[in-house]
Amino acid sequence: MADFGYSLTPSSRIDLNKADRETFGKLVKLEPDVLKCMACGSCTASCTAGVYTRTSIRSAILYLQNGREKEALEFIKGCMLCGKCTIVCPRAINTRQLVLSICKIYNLK
Amino acid sequence: MNKNVIVIGGGPAGLEASAQLQNMGYNVILVERTHELGGHLAKWDRLFPDGVPAKSVLDSLLANIGGVKYFLGTEVQSVNLLEKSYNVILSNGITILANAVLIASGFDLFPAEKKEEYGYGIYDHVITNADLESFFASRKDKQAVPDPRIPLQPQKIGFVHCVGSRDEKIGNRHCSKVCCATAVKQACEIKEEFPQADVYCFYMDLRMFGRNYEDLYLKAQKDYGIRFIRGRVSEVAEDIDKKLVVKAEDTLSGKPVKVTLDLLVLMAGMKNSGAGQQVGSMISLETAEDGFFSCRDSVYSLQKSNKNGIFFAGACTGPKTLPDTLHEARAAALTVHNYMKNFE
Repeated sequence: MADFGYSLTPSSRIDLNKADRETFGKLVKLEPDVLKCMACGSCTASCTAGVYTRTSIRSAILYLQNGREKEALEFIKGCMLCGKCTIVCPRAINTRQLVLSICKIYNLK
Repeated sequence: MNKNVIVIGGGPAGLEASAQLQNMGYNVILVERTHELGGHLAKWDRLFPDGVPAKSVLDSLLANIGGVKYFLGTEVQSVNLLEKSYNVILSNGITILANAVLIASGFDLFPAEKKEEYGYGIYDHVITNADLESFFASRKDKQAVPDPRIPLQPQKIGFVHCVGSRDEKIGNRHCSKVCCATAVKQACEIKEEFPQADVYCFYMDLRMFGRNYEDLYLKAQKDYGIRFIRGRVSEVAEDIDKKLVVKAEDTLSGKPVKVTLDLLVLMAGMKNSGAGQQVGSMISLETAEDGFFSCRDSVYSLQKSNKNGIFFAGACTGPKTLPDTLHEARAAALTVHNYMKNFE
């Protein structure tokens, strides 16, 4: 391809029309509290792994809702299951359990 | 002693204040521009946070106005300050001399067609919060013609918060206060109506300030599965199937988002009532930058205007919830009562 001096990157747009609601529905069945997240970021801020990795539960939830499963899993890959986020979550979501359930539903590890 | 008090506006504020003043022994003359009492409340179906029927609140208000003289379909034609009292001429030819005038002229809903990019009045399936309430209210009436803009089985429904609010370009920098709670309430109600539908709320902040409002938000998330997307809708387009393609940014992930909807509900905000402002201009009442009337101060004397004998209740001094409005109406009645003591 000719070099125009610039290149295009793939669209970063989230297309909710194509988002997979079915698998997320399964997760909701197993962990109904996942819907309670209000994206406050306490989990991310308290994450012991988050300083050196991209670990962020609230982002994982958001990306799953947006149908970006692959990227969502990147956000929990670094989780060491220490449970600090569960202690700080103001909506009392059992985030540690949620991470395990996400792995189960989305076949991680 | 002249015990006349004129109340301008027959919505919740005017009705409640009239009832209280009548109860205190004043001759209350209530002036309403339209042909029914109740204002916006008369057109609403259910009220946040618990979904109380609007009609039951209106019935309570109407039950208490016995003895109040009211004129429907009547406008204020002129207001003149005599030595200490006001001479008010109504459009039905009646002239009233009163020591106190209570302005309870309320709000107008922001005309959503002004936000052209959302397509109200242009696309087939864009409605406002008020339209949705009319739809809910009309379901009990078997003869009512269903709103053709609302599909029979919508699969995807969106709510746009802050339409005509927090928007300098449209001339309204203020927050209209009630739309967040209304949107969350209506999102739950429409999910109940169409359980198969996915419901999205596009918000910038969720201002769930009142008692039980946060619970309503939690319920919407957990029990109704409403999807909240933080980002203001930037534009809406109609596709060939008359569906609505909505574009916003999901600011939580920092990525643009697109979704195709069957129905879009615009949460039109509040602005000062045009008819109320007309009355205000007759007595040169000051309005603030947001277009609502200026109170004597912002904390202690909210029911007083800058003019002796002119008082305020309700949304004419800024967006208010219904409980706020009723509190103000009672406070205004007491403020008028204290003022009237000067004439004894």
